[in-house]
Amino acid sequence: MAYLPNLIFFTLVVCSLGLFTRNLKRIIRNINLGKDIDRNDSPSLRMKNMFRVAFGQTKMVSRPIAGILHLIVYIGFVFINIELLEIVLDGLTGKHRLFAPYLGSFYNFLIAMFEVFALLVLIAVFFFWTRRNVLKIKRFWKDEMKGWPKQDADYILYFELVLMILFLSMNSTDSLLQDLGATNYIKAGSFPVSQFLTPLFDSFELETLIFLERTFWWLHITGIFIFLNYLYYSKHLHILLAFPNTYFANLEIKGKFKVNPQIKTEVQLMLDPQEVIPEASPTTPDKFGVSDVFDLSWVQLMNSYSCTECGRCSSECPANITGKKLSPRAVMMKTRDRLEEVGSNINKNKGHFVPDGKQLLNDYISPEELWACTSCNACVEACPIEIDPLSIIMDMRQYLTLEQSAAPSELNSMMANVENNGAPWPFSNQDRLQWANEE
Amino acid sequence: MKLNVPTLAQLSAEGKKASVVFWVGCAGSFDDRAKKITKAFVKILNQTNTSYAVLGIEETCTGDPAKRAGNEFLFQMQAMQNISTLDKYEVTKIVTTCPHCFNTLKNEYPELGGNYQVIHHTQFLKKLIKEGALSIEGGVYKGKRITYHDPCYLGRANKIYEAPRDLIKKLDAELVEMKSCKSKGLCCGAGGAQMFKDAESGNKEINIERTEQALETQPDIIAAACPFCNTMMTDGVKNKDQEGKTEVMDIAELIANANDL
Repeated sequence: MAYLPNLIFFTLVVCSLGLFTRNLKRIIRNINLGKDIDRNDSPSLRMKNMFRVAFGQTKMVSRPIAGILHLIVYIGFVFINIELLEIVLDGLTGKHRLFAPYLGSFYNFLIAMFEVFALLVLIAVFFFWTRRNVLKIKRFWKDEMKGWPKQDADYILYFELVLMILFLSMNSTDSLLQDLGATNYIKAGSFPVSQFLTPLFDSFELETLIFLERTFWWLHITGIFIFLNYLYYSKHLHILLAFPNTYFANLEIKGKFKVNPQIKTEVQLMLDPQEVIPEASPTTPDKFGVSDVFDLSWVQLMNSYSCTECGRCSSECPANITGKKLSPRAVMMKTRDRLEEVGSNINKNKGHFVPDGKQLLNDYISPEELWACTSCNACVEACPIEIDPLSIIMDMRQYLTLEQSAAPSELNSMMANVENNGAPWPFSNQDRLQWANEE
Repeated sequence: MKLNVPTLAQLSAEGKKASVVFWVGCAGSFDDRAKKITKAFVKILNQTNTSYAVLGIEETCTGDPAKRAGNEFLFQMQAMQNISTLDKYEVTKIVTTCPHCFNTLKNEYPELGGNYQVIHHTQFLKKLIKEGALSIEGGVYKGKRITYHDPCYLGRANKIYEAPRDLIKKLDAELVEMKSCKSKGLCCGAGGAQMFKDAESGNKEINIERTEQALETQPDIIAAACPFCNTMMTDGVKNKDQEGKTEVMDIAELIANANDL
C-alpha cells in the first residue's frame, strides 16, 4: 500500500507519455504524406537560423508588446520545466524535493527563481487574455478565428493560469508545513512569491495542510500531463515544431519562387528534343501544381501544424487588410484541417487513405482566396517562425492555371499576350523601342 | 527629340560591346507613364557616358506575370528565349528599372541556365555617384518632403531598402517614412499578376490603402522605384483628388529632373 501513490504516478506518466507519443507519431506520419523536398543543405546556416528565430525569438519582438510578453512565458516555460524534472522524480521515488540535499543554497535560489517566473507568467497571461478578450485586437477576431480557434486560444491561457496558481499554492502550503516541522517536509527552497499566499492557508490544521499540499502537487503535475496531450488537439504545437520549422525553413531570398523541375524538362524537350540528357528526362509528371495536401511538400505540411494562429501574417496581408477573402493564416489552418481529415481517414482505414471525394482546393481553400494574393511576401516576413503561406498559394494557382485552365479571364488574356506578343498587353513587339522616338 | 539609344544588335554589327544591358521591361517599353521613367534613366545613362545598350525588339517579357499567375510553362518558355538572346550577345551585366524584371532575371533565371549580374537602377545610380560619374544637386527638390514607397519585389523580396533612400537624401530633400515601410512596407496591389486583373471583392482597393498611408506623411512627392507601383500610386493620388499637391515620381525621374535633363 505504501507504494500505491508511486504506482499511480508511474501509470500516469506512462499513459500520458504513451498517448503523446502515439499522437506525435501520427503528426510525423501525416507530415510525411507530403512530397519530398531537399532541405538538408547548409546545416550550420540552418542551425544558426533556428537559434536566432526559434530560440532567440528575433522575429517575435518586431511587435514589442506581444514579443516581450511571449518571451516571458517562453523563458518561464523553459525554466519551470527544470522544476518539472524534480517533481516527476519525486513522484516516481516517493521522495519530497529530491534535489534539495544535493544543491544546498543553490536549490533555494532555483526555487525562488521559478516562483518569480511563475508570477511573471501569470502577469503575461493576464495581458494576453486582456488583449484577446477586452481590447479585442482585430487579428484575434477575424472570421477564421470564430468558434474552436478562439476557444482554443483562451483554454491555453486558462491552462497556464491554473498551472501557475497550483505551483505557487503548492509551494505556499509546503513552506507552512516546513515551518511546522511536518515529517518529510524538509527545510528547502525559498519562496519570494508564494509567501504572500500563506495567509490563505496558515489557519489550517497540519492534516488539512498536508492534504492541500498533496492535492496541489497532484493537480499541478496532472495538469501538466493533460496540457502535454492537449497540444496535439490545439494550435499550440509550435512550442515543439517552431524548432524544426525554422531549421527546415526556406533560406533562399524571398523573391526567388521555386522553379518547377518537371516543367523545366518538358520545356527543354519542347525547345530541343536532342539536347535533353537522358537522366534528366524522367517520368511524365502526373500533375502540375497542388490541389490536395498530398501534392504539398512535407515542409509545407509541417508549416501547417506549426501555425499558432497568431495572425500576424493576415494583419499585414494587403488583400486581407482591404477586406478580401484571402487570409494567409486561414490558408495554413485549412491546410492543417484537411491534413487532419486525411489523417483520421488513414487511422480509420487501417493505415490506408480511402478517397473521400474531397480535396484542399474548393472544399477548403477557394480560388477567390488564391487569386487575391499579390505575392508581396508580407505574410512570410511577418511569421515569427518562418511559415510560408505564399508558397502554398502559388502552388495552388499553378494547378488552377495548368491543370484546369481556370485562371481569371483577364489573366488568360494577359498570358495570351505574353505568348503572342512577348508583353502582357496587346502591343506589337516590333514597337518595343518606339519610346526612344517619342517625346 | 529622338533619344540616342544603342541596341545590342547595332553594337554587335559594329563589332562593339556594351558593358551593361539596360533591360527596359514591358511596362517601360509600352506603358505611357512608365516610358517617362525609361527615358529619364536613358538620359542619365547618356549624360554619364555609360557604355550600355538595350535589346530593343529582341527583348521579350521575362515571364514574371505568367509565373505568378500559375503558368510555369509560359514563364520558362519566355525565360529560355531571353536567356538564349542574352547569351548570344555574351551579356554579363543587366540593369533594369523594373523590380519584377530585376527579381526574375536575378533569382529565377540562374536555375534555367541564365547567370547574369543583375542590378536595379537605384543601385546602379548610387554606384554612378560613388564612382563620380554622376553628381546630383537638389535643384527643384531641395527641401521638399518626399516619402518613399518600397516595391515588394525590391524590398522584402530582395532586401534592397537603402539605395533608393540614399538617392532621395542626395536630392537635399526631406525623406519622410510611412507607417509601414521597409520590410513592413505595404504592397501597392499590383504584384502577383494583380496588375492585369480586377481585384477580388473587398471593402477597399489596396492602392487606396497604400496611398492613404503615403498621404498621411503630407508629402510633396511620393517616390517609387517600380513602374507598376508608380501606376497604382498615381491612380491612388487621383482618387484622393491630390493631383495638384502630390506627385508620384520614379527616383530616376527625380534625378533627371534635378539635373535638368
